[in-house]
Amino acid sequence: MNPLQTIGRVVLKFLATTGRLITFMALGVSHAVRPPFYPRIILRQIIDIGYYSLPVVGLTAVFAGMVLALQSYTGFSRFSAEGAIANVVVLSITRELGPVLAGLMVAGRIGASLAAEIGTMRVTEQIDALTTLSTNPMKYLVAPRLIAGIVTFPFLVLIADIIGVFGGYLVAVYKLGFNPSNYLQNTWDFLTAEDVNSGLVKAAVFGFIVTLMGCYHGYNSKGGAQGVGRATTNAVVSACILILCSDYILTEMFFAK
Amino acid sequence: MSDQPKIQLRDVAKAFGRKVVLNGIDLDVGVGESVVIIGGSGTGKSVMLKSILGLLTPDRGSIKVDGQEVVGMGTADREEVNHKFGMLFQGAALFDSLPVWENVSFGLLAEKRCTRHEAHDIAIQKLAMVGMNADVADLMPSELSGGMQKRVGLARAIASDPEVIFFDEPTTGLDPIMADVINDLIVKVTREVGATALSITHDMASARKIANRIAMLYEGKIIWQGPVDEIDNSGNAHVDQFIHGRAEGPIKMAVRA
Repeated sequence: MNPLQTIGRVVLKFLATTGRLITFMALGVSHAVRPPFYPRIILRQIIDIGYYSLPVVGLTAVFAGMVLALQSYTGFSRFSAEGAIANVVVLSITRELGPVLAGLMVAGRIGASLAAEIGTMRVTEQIDALTTLSTNPMKYLVAPRLIAGIVTFPFLVLIADIIGVFGGYLVAVYKLGFNPSNYLQNTWDFLTAEDVNSGLVKAAVFGFIVTLMGCYHGYNSKGGAQGVGRATTNAVVSACILILCSDYILTEMFFAK
Repeated sequence: MSDQPKIQLRDVAKAFGRKVVLNGIDLDVGVGESVVIIGGSGTGKSVMLKSILGLLTPDRGSIKVDGQEVVGMGTADREEVNHKFGMLFQGAALFDSLPVWENVSFGLLAEKRCTRHEAHDIAIQKLAMVGMNADVADLMPSELSGGMQKRVGLARAIASDPEVIFFDEPTTGLDPIMADVINDLIVKVTREVGATALSITHDMASARKIANRIAMLYEGKIIWQGPVDEIDNSGNAHVDQFIHGRAEGPIKMAVRA
């Protein structure tokens, strides 16, 4: 009825959710840095998040690089600035497209599967069972996945960077007729360590966001199959939005003068 | 029965929002006793059990295990108390990512009481106690029928030789013959392990078989308790209605929860 009431309710709900999320995050991180660790589970998660995501990330990166070369050629040829294509491709890939596209793709793959797995464990009482078997579910389920996310994402993005630049190279050399050695020389000359490093830091942050969202929504799911479905959707959507928001903030931090 | 009860509940209350689920529960479970809590669906049986296990925190009241107050206990102490407990969940709640033997010995491995090799042998020994042979040990839980999952759940509950075993609706969802098999197993293993048992059920056949003492939960309170052979002469209209399963009587079933 009262519009102020509605606004108040929405704000309170938002603040409560934020608080819950931050508490969950703090608890997860504190368990991730304290023993006991579960190396077997961490390893299994690294393989799941890293190795099995390679095809998706590789395909995304190669096409992103190819499109980038093609698009910048149509634009730059008007100013006879074709020489800058190598520069544009390598900067865009390492700084932005590598981490963000890989992050979004893996958010879909891993965020959803984490939320569904942990959510099902919640509704079938497996998480309660962990507690009764003297195992802290935050330590056993959440912490290993957070660690795996932070460790694995930078490697994924490094591979995406290389494949993306290679995609640009393919189009530039075989379609647009660039000299291969000149193109590679241009790519190498423009690239600085800061470009790659900033992308890798972003990757670690995105890895944390994706696994945290998957775990948080899964852990707090309730109400059977429907609840797990909702948790899965929320995990993917919130991870994607947070990736794009934090991407802007991190870019601002790295490159704003 | 010694003077000090194994588990003692005094004035335990719990509400979810405006819905009062437990409204001052007083209950003593003596050492080596098998107490069964009966009551309709949604009367708070599970909430009571979860409060004792520390999965839920009661709003008020005291819960003592071996005379030690467990409400408001820290996580580390809580884990210590939970070492004394074993729990058979309603849906068995086996970890579906682990083979049967690792499920059974999960608690032992978590407490680092044995190596993985020893754990495998102990698991087979516990599986034998619930009438399962060694070749199921390497199957995954999803390959088992509901009755077999219950048995594995029972093996897991007794694996660490608990002092108290909790049974959450042990026969729900099983055919009458398998239900009787599970009842016999419960009686047998609790005697062999020498454990105190606290069960909740609405299956009267099961209650009569496994209980020394029965208590009835209604509207968040224990309305009657006594030895199992007095249940037919309880003189309580609520109990009579429940054990004979009559729709007419003082208990009004809420059609809509």
